[in-house]
Amino acid sequence: MLETLSDRLQSALSDVRSRGKLTEEDVAKAMRQVRLALLEADVNFQVVKEFTAAVGERARGGEVLDALNPGQQVVKLVGEELTALMGGSARDIAFAPRPPTIVLMAGLQGSGKTTACAKLARHLREEHGRDVALAACDTYRPAAVDQLVKVGSAAGAAVYEQGTDPDPVEIAAWAVDRARAEERDVLIVDTSGRLHVDRELMEELARIRKRVKPHDVLLVVDAMTGQDAVNVAEAFSDAAEFDGVVLTKLDGDARGGAALSVKAVTGKPILYASTGEKLEAFERFHPDRMAQRILGMGDMMTLIEKAEREFDEEQAAELERKIRKQQFTLDDFLAQMKQVRRMGPLSGLLKMLPGVSGLGLGDLKVDDRDLDRLQAIITSMTPEERAHPEILNGSRRRRIARGSGTTVQAVNQLVKQFGQMQKVMRQLQQGKMPSLSQLAGGR
Amino acid sequence: MARTWRELFVAGDDRAELAEPEPEEQRRGFFARLRDNMAKSRQALGAELQASVFQTLDDDAWERLEETLIYADVGAPTTAAIVQRLETEAGSGGLAGGEALTGRLCELLADAARGGDDTIDLRARPAVVLVTGVNGTGKTTTIGKIAWHLRNELGLSVVLGAADTFRAAAVEQLAAWGERAGAEVVRAAEGADPGAVAYDAVEVARSRTRDVAIIDTAGRLHTQEHLMEELAKVRRVIDRQLPGAPHETLLTIDATTGQNGLRQALLFKQAVDVTGIVLTKLDGTAKGGIALAIAQELGVPVKLIGIGEGLEDLRPFDPDDFARALLGVSGG
Ligand SMILES: Nc1nc2c(ncn2[C@@H]2O[C@H](COP(=O)(O)OP(=O)(O)OP(=O)(O)O)[C@@H](O)[C@H]2O)c(=O)[nH]1
Ligand SMILES: Nc1nc2c(ncn2[C@@H]2O[C@H](COP(=O)(O)OP(=O)(O)OP(=O)(O)O)[C@@H](O)[C@H]2O)c(=O)[nH]1
Ligand SMILES: [Mg+2]
Ligand SMILES: [Mg+2]
Repeated sequence: MLETLSDRLQSALSDVRSRGKLTEEDVAKAMRQVRLALLEADVNFQVVKEFTAAVGERARGGEVLDALNPGQQVVKLVGEELTALMGGSARDIAFAPRPPTIVLMAGLQGSGKTTACAKLARHLREEHGRDVALAACDTYRPAAVDQLVKVGSAAGAAVYEQGTDPDPVEIAAWAVDRARAEERDVLIVDTSGRLHVDRELMEELARIRKRVKPHDVLLVVDAMTGQDAVNVAEAFSDAAEFDGVVLTKLDGDARGGAALSVKAVTGKPILYASTGEKLEAFERFHPDRMAQRILGMGDMMTLIEKAEREFDEEQAAELERKIRKQQFTLDDFLAQMKQVRRMGPLSGLLKMLPGVSGLGLGDLKVDDRDLDRLQAIITSMTPEERAHPEILNGSRRRRIARGSGTTVQAVNQLVKQFGQMQKVMRQLQQGKMPSLSQLAGGR
Repeated sequence: MARTWRELFVAGDDRAELAEPEPEEQRRGFFARLRDNMAKSRQALGAELQASVFQTLDDDAWERLEETLIYADVGAPTTAAIVQRLETEAGSGGLAGGEALTGRLCELLADAARGGDDTIDLRARPAVVLVTGVNGTGKTTTIGKIAWHLRNELGLSVVLGAADTFRAAAVEQLAAWGERAGAEVVRAAEGADPGAVAYDAVEVARSRTRDVAIIDTAGRLHTQEHLMEELAKVRRVIDRQLPGAPHETLLTIDATTGQNGLRQALLFKQAVDVTGIVLTKLDGTAKGGIALAIAQELGVPVKLIGIGEGLEDLRPFDPDDFARALLGVSGG
């Protein structure tokens, strides 16, 4: 498990606090840690160099405040700078004044273009009420057309295809005409994956671009990409002059430093984040979240701030002890839930925890609207049941369902989710989760 | 070390004699191309490395070397270990001159890239190969290429199992590869149980006395526990049906992958006991240095490399060539 930058900085800067000011040497020490963390996150080497130089400059001037320790303070600084570099909040694609708006998708093989076409179609349909068509211009990869037809239909989009014989440039042009004739709002053009050094295919992409005159060209980039991301981004920028980036496979545990590399060398914003294979797993990009993720910290700062406001330190210490001893019961869950709900939507809070996104929390999506129901279920249990959910047999579950005005399925689900939650807590504990008292007290 | 097809695949069958040793030119051709591509990349430091960096052995030189390896995605810890080793050897006076240092560096890198047995044992009948990996890394394409090589280089008959029943048109894609490679494809409907498809494929191979069964699986992120468990189940189904199988479990790693590749290899190894890596998409400018970290840290060797989207674009992995390509130096 990777150490978080904040752990590292804390140990690197452990003696600064008494002095109250960062020395030249402290800054150098801290920047070495920042450099390592960014490299581990796959941020491009050159970008890392420039970034640490700039941040080091700012850190040198800084006073160390009493409230936070110096490690946290440098983390905060790094986070801010990273967010700034990553760009302001993301825009959606730009709709043309006269439809159809044309979007061209491009990228390396297997980066997630075809999937992203369908996801964007669904997004534009659901969020903006647009009528979307897709153009199947990958005539190269076996069954690429089939794939687009399937995912496109699932997304409720029309799919324009002419098989694999015609030239992709011609298919694209034909699709534009058809989208216009059928008065579609948006046409999204899927293309073959291509290597940035493949001159022939890069020229083909440039030809498609010239021919269809897209309003937005999106480069699809895999979040797991390493140092080569800059070469890819530069070449695609030259050949296709892309306007924005779709960052895919963010549901894994890759830190996604490629996002920063691409932004840094091309200046193009990241518009969307793809976070799973399902069509709904697609959202607008949040630069601040990405900055924290690259640093391996979730939205730690936000969480710390909230925790400082809301948590009772003693209670937090007690809770931490229980989690460590794996004595966390449904009663604690209930108490926790009440306290945490004061901090805001739970689903959002969970996402802020470092490492949580990588833990396979698929089924643990806590919808805030369900929380009332969960509370009702738990309060309908006897103290013994809350402490030992394993004793919940069929008749007990039926009683609880009746008592809470819910269903047996809902009770089953809670018990299952609680089991998963305990598992997650064990995992968090094995990984390097900051202790809850740390979160609360900033110690 | 495996260099030709016959050295890579232990076929245990005189049909293997059919295969012609691969012409030297062809192999050279690829690495020349690979080096060409790297030269195109503005970060190709190799030539410079050899020419000037080692002229003076100052901090700058070592830093430059570190940069080269980091750029190749080798990762900071493995890079530090290798550079330190070279530095120590140079310090003790054993290596004089840029040439000797570059040579030794290549050796060290090649050694690091070697991780245990790098052959693929296909002597069982049928021999079963399970292919796994994260989404879009090149599993299905690699299977098409392997099938074609087994048939053409070794004269083996191959059955493909379409156990990716999840992704849209995954079965159609594998079927197209099966047709190109001359291998029959065992398939089920989308959404069918992948274990059942694997079972059927092995059964078909056994009952029709085919030599090799290769099982395609759905791409999955190593962090998705339920999907990793599903994969482990597929493996267990195969093992129960044919004890000792799968005889080879390959993991595809995309050469453009950064440090996350190590996590992928670790978790796939835990779930299905990966026995070899296929490093795909080496035809770009990415150097696949993460494979070095994987071999070093986990002892899982790279066995094959993918160098394009055609049937023929697959090669046995050669650590020495790989090391030279990492640094972008000529020779070999
Ligand atoms: N886990 C995860 N998988 C994804 C995501 N986006 C795409 N995928 C998967 O990645 C694989 C490749 O996706 P495709 O959409 O086929 O990629 P592509 O860029 O069109 O590939 P080519 O056309 O071959 O270049 C598929 O298995 C997808 O299901 C994502 O955000 N998360
Ligand atoms: N340039 C290049 N492209 C490759 C190579 N291997 C695979 N590809 C391409 O990468 C893309 C994804 O390959 P697939 O074989 O579909 O990958 P997969 O792992 O089966 O993908 P999923 O099943 O969706 O997880 C396709 O466009 C392939 O043509 C390679 O060695 N070089
Ligand atoms: Mg595609
Ligand atoms: Mg596949």
